[in-house]
Amino acid sequence: MNFIKILDILSNDKLLNEKSSRRDSFQQFKNVGKNVAMASIPFALAATSSKTKAATNAMPSAAMMASNEDVLKFALTLEYLEREFYQLGLDSGVIPEADQTVFNTISKHEDAHVDFLLAALGLMDGDLKPTFDFTGAPGGLNLDPFNDYPTFMALAQGFEDTGVRAYKGQAGALANDGALLTYALQIHSVEARHAAQVRRMRGEKGWITKSQNTLPAPFAAIYGGATPESNTVQGGVDLSGLFGAAGGDDAVTEAFDEPLTMNEVLTIGGIFIV
Amino acid sequence: MKNKMNNRDVNPAPNGRRRFLKIGGAAVIGTGLFFMTGCSDDDEILMENTPPDAFDLGGGNLGILNYAYALEQLEAAFYTKVIQGSYYSNAPASEKILFKDIYNHEVIHRDFFKTAISAAVDQSKVLPELEFDFSAVDFSSRDAVLGLSQVLEDTGVRAYNGAGQLIDATDSAGQTYLLLAGKIVSVEARHASAIRDLINPGSMDFAGDDVLIGLGGTGPAFDKAAAPKTILNEIIATGFLKTAFTAFNLPNF
Repeated sequence: MNFIKILDILSNDKLLNEKSSRRDSFQQFKNVGKNVAMASIPFALAATSSKTKAATNAMPSAAMMASNEDVLKFALTLEYLEREFYQLGLDSGVIPEADQTVFNTISKHEDAHVDFLLAALGLMDGDLKPTFDFTGAPGGLNLDPFNDYPTFMALAQGFEDTGVRAYKGQAGALANDGALLTYALQIHSVEARHAAQVRRMRGEKGWITKSQNTLPAPFAAIYGGATPESNTVQGGVDLSGLFGAAGGDDAVTEAFDEPLTMNEVLTIGGIFIV
Repeated sequence: MKNKMNNRDVNPAPNGRRRFLKIGGAAVIGTGLFFMTGCSDDDEILMENTPPDAFDLGGGNLGILNYAYALEQLEAAFYTKVIQGSYYSNAPASEKILFKDIYNHEVIHRDFFKTAISAAVDQSKVLPELEFDFSAVDFSSRDAVLGLSQVLEDTGVRAYNGAGQLIDATDSAGQTYLLLAGKIVSVEARHASAIRDLINPGSMDFAGDDVLIGLGGTGPAFDKAAAPKTILNEIIATGFLKTAFTAFNLPNF
């Protein structure tokens, strides 16, 4: 895994700062699109320089938070990863006929998420795209997801559950821009729909019980982290032991999904990034 | 925290504009005593017959928390009926496990909001226990239960997605509330996905084009985000809600 490379990508502000290129690609996108909702995004980002700064300065933990641009680039990395994974999966023939509708659907969504983030960032397809290796070799693994369907399914679940936790972890950082926050939430819940579907196809519940990991052992971090999925303290209230008649602590942990930090996500993603 | 919420709570409606959204009981719907306001760009609904002493959800973050608490009360009350009904008792084991899980989650969400709001503000500002009437629902029918479950879960997703931007997250309490909304909305989305796949297994419906939208010309790949007034009006329209409350000060868009 190459951490430095990912962080380099995330901190590469050059493209964002080239206003003309952003405008041009946005213009292209707008010509293709029919919906004007997108029009607010680049301007929202442009406005961050002054307006957002004032808002973030008022936040106690603003210094710990990524900028809106960095969050979008972080999301783009994940969406590129998912897009390529499903494209390769569909092309490989590893997916049985009966499951192709599901994975075609997920694949289309990831395509759209990439398109959306590229437009929001004013980037062209391929900009900031890492090189992926789905054998997991960068993380010392030797997986064969495009010939072995159970492995493909396991990675799909891992990517979707990670995606849910990744977006959740950045909601606070986007709170200074209501439009961007909402767009991120609109992606976040779709990732959760995907995650539940793939989990159920693998014979699991659609929700995450404690920090149970049924993926290969190196992916335990997908359900762990600083605030693991097994967390029972919500809003300062410890819910453990309070719901014996409603599924107990298992249900308490299922009822709340938990965030991952950017670094936690990048460590997981780094297993597949050359 | 307590003081802050109290201060926000008494804030007048944004821009000094009176909010006309009122929530009445289903009986009000039955008598048709509601109409659209004249504003063409604003579809707030005025409902009459709301008792003058009806509870108001409040403003600011308190209002949003009470709003979420109302949604969770509705969901928990519905699934309580589901697991008492004959569809559930005769359902295959896999569906029983699924509905018991969802029931558990919604009860936990409901009780969590009650506890959390009660800890933050005076009891008089906590939304009371709401009454619901599900007599129009046939809980012996799998189609009815699954269909309504799907609507409720999809509605929950839109509601939390819309509420996020209305949470004032400029202090650490607000950041906590926003994160909590995120922790819950993805579970609602997981529920929606599972129920949709039960209805039409192996199809694209778990994240179907019927419930998603495109943004800026992309294909449908994004959940919707709905304003509280939209969600509350939809809830009124179901006729399930029996307890009147108002939403004069709720943040909206």
